[in-house]
Amino acid sequence: MDLVETQSPGRDAALLPRPFLKWFTEKGWQPRVHQLELLSRAAGGENMLLIAPTGAGKTLAGFLPSLTDLTRRGKIPPGSGFKGVHTLYISPLKALAVDIERNLMKPVSEMGLAVTIENRTGDTPQAKRQRQKLSPPDILLTTPEQVALLLANKEAERFFKDLKYVVLDELHSLVTSKRGHLLSLGLARIRRHAPDMRTIGLSATVADPMDLQKWLVPQGEYPDPPAGLVHVTGGAAPDIAILKTEERIPWSGHVSTYAIPEVYEIIKRHKTTLIFVNTRFQAELLFQALWTVNEDSLPIALHHGSLDAGQRRKVEAAMADNRLRAVVATSTLDLGMDWGDVDLVVHIGAPKGASRLAQRIGRANHRMDEPSKAILVPANRFEVMECQAALDANYIGAQDTPPVGEGALDVLAQHVLGMACAEPFDPLELYDEIISASPYAALSWEMFERTVDFVATGGYALRAYERYAKIRKTEEGRWRVSNPAIAQQYRMNLGTIVEASELNVRLVRRNAKGTIGRGGLSLGKVEEYFLEQLVQGDTFLFAGKVLRFEGIRENECHVSNAFSLDPRIPAYAGGKFPLSTYLADQVRGMLADPDRWHVLPDQVRDWLNIQRDRSMLPKQDELLIETFPRGQRFFLIAYCFEGRLAHQTLGMLLTRRLERAGARPLGFVATDYSLAVWGLNDMGGMIASGVLSLPDLFDEDMLGDDLEAWLDESYLLKRTFRNCAVISGLIERRHPGKEKTGRQVTVSTDLIYDVLRTHEPDHILLEATRRDAASGLLDIGRLGDMLARIKGHITHRDLDRVSPLAVPIMLEIGKETVPGEAHDAVLEEAAEELIAEALG
Amino acid sequence: MRSAFLEDVDLLNRLALARNSSNGPAAGTEEIIVHGVTGVCDPLGGLYLPEHGVLVVSDLHLEKGAAFARRGMMLPPYDTIATLNILSAVIARYDPKVVVSLGDNFHDRKGSAFLPDNLRTMIKDLARGRDWIWINGNHDPDGTTDLPGTSTDELLYGGLIFRHEPSLISGRGEIAGHLHPSATVRRRDKYVRRACFACDGTRLLMPAFGVLAGGLDLNHKAMHGLFERETLVAHLLGRDRIYSVRYGNLLG
Repeated sequence: MDLVETQSPGRDAALLPRPFLKWFTEKGWQPRVHQLELLSRAAGGENMLLIAPTGAGKTLAGFLPSLTDLTRRGKIPPGSGFKGVHTLYISPLKALAVDIERNLMKPVSEMGLAVTIENRTGDTPQAKRQRQKLSPPDILLTTPEQVALLLANKEAERFFKDLKYVVLDELHSLVTSKRGHLLSLGLARIRRHAPDMRTIGLSATVADPMDLQKWLVPQGEYPDPPAGLVHVTGGAAPDIAILKTEERIPWSGHVSTYAIPEVYEIIKRHKTTLIFVNTRFQAELLFQALWTVNEDSLPIALHHGSLDAGQRRKVEAAMADNRLRAVVATSTLDLGMDWGDVDLVVHIGAPKGASRLAQRIGRANHRMDEPSKAILVPANRFEVMECQAALDANYIGAQDTPPVGEGALDVLAQHVLGMACAEPFDPLELYDEIISASPYAALSWEMFERTVDFVATGGYALRAYERYAKIRKTEEGRWRVSNPAIAQQYRMNLGTIVEASELNVRLVRRNAKGTIGRGGLSLGKVEEYFLEQLVQGDTFLFAGKVLRFEGIRENECHVSNAFSLDPRIPAYAGGKFPLSTYLADQVRGMLADPDRWHVLPDQVRDWLNIQRDRSMLPKQDELLIETFPRGQRFFLIAYCFEGRLAHQTLGMLLTRRLERAGARPLGFVATDYSLAVWGLNDMGGMIASGVLSLPDLFDEDMLGDDLEAWLDESYLLKRTFRNCAVISGLIERRHPGKEKTGRQVTVSTDLIYDVLRTHEPDHILLEATRRDAASGLLDIGRLGDMLARIKGHITHRDLDRVSPLAVPIMLEIGKETVPGEAHDAVLEEAAEELIAEALG
Repeated sequence: MRSAFLEDVDLLNRLALARNSSNGPAAGTEEIIVHGVTGVCDPLGGLYLPEHGVLVVSDLHLEKGAAFARRGMMLPPYDTIATLNILSAVIARYDPKVVVSLGDNFHDRKGSAFLPDNLRTMIKDLARGRDWIWINGNHDPDGTTDLPGTSTDELLYGGLIFRHEPSLISGRGEIAGHLHPSATVRRRDKYVRRACFACDGTRLLMPAFGVLAGGLDLNHKAMHGLFERETLVAHLLGRDRIYSVRYGNLLG
């Protein structure tokens, strides 16, 4: 996009107060067109959305309307009456709020503006937070949770009444999560305190900007016009390549260790390289592998969400000072932080989404008119195709960000209690306010009433808890909290991020006698369930070290240095993104079209050619099913390309059906690309002879009864239920006076789930759980779309041996077990040993 | 992803087992000997002493949901009825002369006083025609209100001593609860955790009977020093039977 040359200086002067013009001149800069457009339209009273690539001066653009308004207002003389906060800046990351304060203070102090800027996060000391309520800064940099806390306060109106602007950073990332739902409800309430408040959303490129434009303004019966859009396109096209390797590209796996020496050479040739991976597990393994070849002892660091915060801050500071040559990082570094002079991004493994790739590549080189440079390192052969597809997409600017979802009910319950803590609410008024938030625009009155009932007494059909109600209706028909302790409980448990129960990992020393000392370095946190499976002496990889498990003491996990080369590796559950629908479609397209194979490496092309000879390659809208015998088993492979989550759900449902059809299935494994089921009977023969009908097997009706029956036993729902129970306030994370019990949840949610499902299967929290699971862990929506798409397009190949395309998933078998099955067989085996011992 | 979610799967098993249970001697039980007295471990979570006609259950934690509701956490109000359903199934199996409830009978001190009438009636019906002993626990040290039976801190009966918290001084012939023992079995890369009876021949620790009671692993430091580990056997509550595994053999 052109810079400001085309603008008349007169317009600048009218928009920008003198200190700004002077500052730009001194710097030899000029304000950019989009910065001025945003400023003039926001100052004119419009809500605004700015979509711009990294390096386009997005942050300054977002703050210009506030800064110019505050400059014209001038300094407030001491002794004036209370003045509420002028501008809220809300970011999804605490670190981002801190980073922005640093970046914003620089121009503000250089211009000599009389503007106060402070941040407020969970880390802000209580005294400072209290002072901020009494004497707010002009600009408050904060998080969605802090906004909810401020709103649930009796002083909320006073605090917010003078608010002019809310700047929402990284909006594309905020809106798709439960934090975004909570924030949308908060904005609806803020508008009541400050009807003239304007929103300014800052976002990376998204698939559907209109979703965000609506999100920024009140919805409901009489929606406001959508926020105005300033869309900055262009910037220099990124320079992206797929690693050309001399090595053999593996058939399966996710770690790309084959490419380590080549990646190391690339690091040596650049100033600072940012190496992105998809999971903490990959980060750990890759970091260790890089250090084993690091003959020059280059400063290479590790950064992921489980590491101790102190360690992470150190890495971030070292990066900002350009003291590092490379950082291996997960999504914790995804968002718009500005770290030093990164001149190369290396992406290990496939990016799983085109938009995610664009974001990450934007980290290299923060000036938008120079090209960012990136190298993709696929971990296996399917990923070669996926990387190629993402690369094509990045050039043509395709976007596959997830849509803004429907507002979650557990978040709503939390908000309703918060509003009762602020002041007694009238249900009709609150309902109107809530449906003005776009994620809740479709909320029915009936569902709202059930939510209020849930908050009050748990919402049970058996009205057992009326006398213990948390909120009660006053004679005027308003709901108020029963006692102050409820408000305190709310404040302690607020938020939508439910962490898996984690233990702090501390490195201790073993002395000569083998006893273990106290104290030592804190390395970070690891999920409790993983540690519970370890026995003393087991080794695992964490924080870049191979550690020996010593035991759990007082809610800490003690480890010592292991000096072992063959660790068990943290099998973290989270952090794997499923393949995006868009990329999946591209990979299917590439597979079906040999004309597009010329860009692929020889070994991948050969692989596809052999597949075409031995079996076939499915057309873009076709589902290929292969069957073949191997060992004592018969295999069925479905090449669906719908991502791991949807395949897992399909696997669960398909094995139920195969069981009924007499195929005697034994297990399945799912990858992003395909699903493999194996069993004792010849499924290929059964299909060929008509005993087993593929159209019936893959019929959409599996999402009916089979799904219900499976969900009843699924551990996945229990995990989802736990989150809903915590967010909705059914279960407390912390209870007054018991902050340090260590265990985050005081009663087993699995047991509660079982009891509730047995006695009241229609309960609102179970409904919330099913909705969450359908869109999240189970990806039912996507599975449904696929089943509809492949109807009448299923092709079966009965082979006498494994096909080339099946090799990657066959190699996954045995690496990953499917949890949640009832494992009485294991108990039986152990009991048999006792019997044998007794008889022997 | 390893099997991380193996906890508590025995609850649905027990609920189903109780629903399908019939009167009279049960299948899937395991006979043990504590301090010379024969006991039958039932997969529903009760211990029956046939020589004395005594049924022992422990840590019912009745009205746990209501106890939490009193503190502002509205847990489902169905835990008491679910626990009592299982209890009536196990009573129907053995038709015991005496029922001993080993403490933490109610989750808090107010539990028995605020018990809804229909549930109170249910307990009265279960107690009809037999003796009922409520051992006091740390959650409910004051005994029960308006329920049949007698309350006591300890009971000596048939050469055994029944108390809530295991004694740190001597465990000879002791039947205790309090700790909610559970055990983890590992074979290859599969882990299964279930509630269990823990017995080394001298002392027996009862599994928690209440549906919301949860469990504590036998390896937890609270269990240290209670058992002779060489003779300790965990009798795990399986889907429809007891599985007995030697302590040293749990992890394969």
